[in-house]
Amino acid sequence: MHSETRLVLGGLTTLAVATAALVVLPYLTVRDTPPAPGLKPYTASALRGRTQYIQHGCMYCHSQQPRARDFAPDAKRGWGRATVAGDYAYDDPPLLGTMRTGPDLMNIGVRQPGEQWHLGHLFQPRAYVPGSIMPAYPFLFELRDKAEPGETVVTLPPGFVPEGKTVVARPEALDLVSYLKSLDRSYPAIDPTTTN
Amino acid sequence: MSTLSILMSAFVLSIVGLGFFIWSQRARLTDSGPEASEIIFAKGEIGHPEKAIDRTTPQAVSPRPDEAELLARVRADASSAQVVFFFYCCAFVWLLVASAAGLTASIKLHSPDWLTSEAWLSFGRIRTLHLNAVAYGWAPMAGLGTALFIIPRLLKTELAGARYALLGGALWNAALVAGLGSLAYGVSDGMEWLEIPWQIDILFVAGGALVGLPLILTLLRRTVAHLYVSVWYMGCALFWFPILFFVANFPGLHHGVEAATMNWWFGHNVLGLFYTPLALASIYYFLPKLIGRPIQSYNLSLLGFWGLAFFYGQVGGHHLIGGPVPGWLVTLSIVQSMMMILPVAAFTVNQHLTLKGHLSALRGSPTLQFICLGGLMYTASSVQGSFEALRSMNAVTHFTHYTVAHAHLGLYGFVSMVFFGAIYFVVPRITGREWPWPKLVTVHFWLAATGIAIYFVSLTIGGWLQGTAMLDPSRGFMESVHATLPYLRGRSVGGALMVLGHVIFAVHFIGLLAGASGRAVQPSPALNAATGDI
Repeated sequence: MHSETRLVLGGLTTLAVATAALVVLPYLTVRDTPPAPGLKPYTASALRGRTQYIQHGCMYCHSQQPRARDFAPDAKRGWGRATVAGDYAYDDPPLLGTMRTGPDLMNIGVRQPGEQWHLGHLFQPRAYVPGSIMPAYPFLFELRDKAEPGETVVTLPPGFVPEGKTVVARPEALDLVSYLKSLDRSYPAIDPTTTN
Repeated sequence: MSTLSILMSAFVLSIVGLGFFIWSQRARLTDSGPEASEIIFAKGEIGHPEKAIDRTTPQAVSPRPDEAELLARVRADASSAQVVFFFYCCAFVWLLVASAAGLTASIKLHSPDWLTSEAWLSFGRIRTLHLNAVAYGWAPMAGLGTALFIIPRLLKTELAGARYALLGGALWNAALVAGLGSLAYGVSDGMEWLEIPWQIDILFVAGGALVGLPLILTLLRRTVAHLYVSVWYMGCALFWFPILFFVANFPGLHHGVEAATMNWWFGHNVLGLFYTPLALASIYYFLPKLIGRPIQSYNLSLLGFWGLAFFYGQVGGHHLIGGPVPGWLVTLSIVQSMMMILPVAAFTVNQHLTLKGHLSALRGSPTLQFICLGGLMYTASSVQGSFEALRSMNAVTHFTHYTVAHAHLGLYGFVSMVFFGAIYFVVPRITGREWPWPKLVTVHFWLAATGIAIYFVSLTIGGWLQGTAMLDPSRGFMESVHATLPYLRGRSVGGALMVLGHVIFAVHFIGLLAGASGRAVQPSPALNAATGDI
């Protein structure tokens, strides 16, 4: 056999082994894990908000995977129990994240159930969390002289809205907040595939 | 099965597997004896670094290198010159785009109210633009361009099917423009390293296949019996990447936490099985060429290659330590991450032994400085990566800027440094012009080296402080944010130096193209003969 044939066959074999371990086996065992009992499907608005979450890259600073108690004090911070595969059954793709520049958000809907808090915090994070380095998202809002009927007005702490103006949430902001409020894995988890 | 038995069996399997592979591949690929490693030199050329100018007479030595072989090399260079030039031009553009996006993202992390009015300038998008411009722009354009240059030389033939690579490169870059545009606009597939929408990925697949085609055509026309170690790395990388990319981006295939394991199978392998082999292949070629002596141990390079091929593919699961994925998968990845020390050590020892006694060559050659620094950083980042996979260390460093520092040590300190060196070596040979202002190469080197040093040290310290603060439940979360601030500023300073280095690099390239040198490569008999019939 030519040496290049042996080389390529060898290279493909090693990659096949890796793919079997990290892709094929998980595909066969955990891909179709049924939703954990207690996990609710997303509403249409929350799903649109999830798209907002992705397109603004929230997952680059926020994880969605509290770790086990014997590994890290995530539960003590109020971030919730360690997650299991069934918690992500409706997540396409899952947004586990790799950074905690900001806190874990897997249960942010439990910690911060208020729509107004989320809207104001997105408009200007430093109005609520001094020293926060989260970006402000003013383009998800509109500054008006007066809100139209049916629009959601955002009430911020004094000093963060220009004099005489009203902050109105755009639909994208409302969807995003609807998604954030839906993040709730506070039901009990039973899943044999993870080591808790 | 208990964790311990999985751990032991994974360990035994990988050792046995590696041993078997080396045994089965050894017969043909080493062709034992020192001749194999000398294949990159013409007869009589050993002992003399390859010079771009007046390449037929390296310092009027005796015995003179074999003229016919040098002529064949000039023909090989001429056959790839056009396509390599195109890939390098693209690499320069993406380097500048990625630099601007990266520096902007860095500043935004400590000045969060800067440039907030536009969605595409927000941190989440500009950071993603930076990553994708590096991952699918700068690194592959520089790496593939270098591969297209080296492969004809190593196979001692002319590049066959260069026009396919040219078309493939054009498709690839069109795909990247579309991909970055859609990310800026807010259309993303939502997985790190795989953000570009799958519809656009089809273009990448087509372009990538067209770039790979000349490799196969050229291999079929090779005139050497032996495949030099660089060919193993580059050849396999060009097979590995399309498989990774195709499987990872296939729509509708991946779901739930399986998508997460696949995500890091891809994310880590695109580093380990694409950029790393391209850069290592460059080191194995340019380092001996620049000091004029063959690599010390050809057998060690065999161990380094098959070790990488065998272990690296399985390390991706260490990105999910503590996550909601099967425990055996994480354990397997931790074991293989530690096993990576083996091929890294093989490479490191080999590089050290090859350079031993030739350190003085570093002084006269900035290209060699880039390549050697890159090689050192390969060792550093690989060993660091192995230890980051250990649970005790991962508990601190995962989810922090420490990981970002590590990623840049690998992709910048190692891969980009090597590609800088490669570009400095190759460009005079494909354009027939020497770099006009050699001092600027030195300036670029020191800006890049100082920049990445500041970057790495700052973020490593900041990330560690961030991680330890987060592990202490008595400290509020905001303490972990405050702890990083000075180091995030430090990172911006390091990043700014790196960007400045890139601007100088690009200006120098433009200067060369504009003919600012005044000392174009002297036409040599060989060059005339070769260019006469292009």
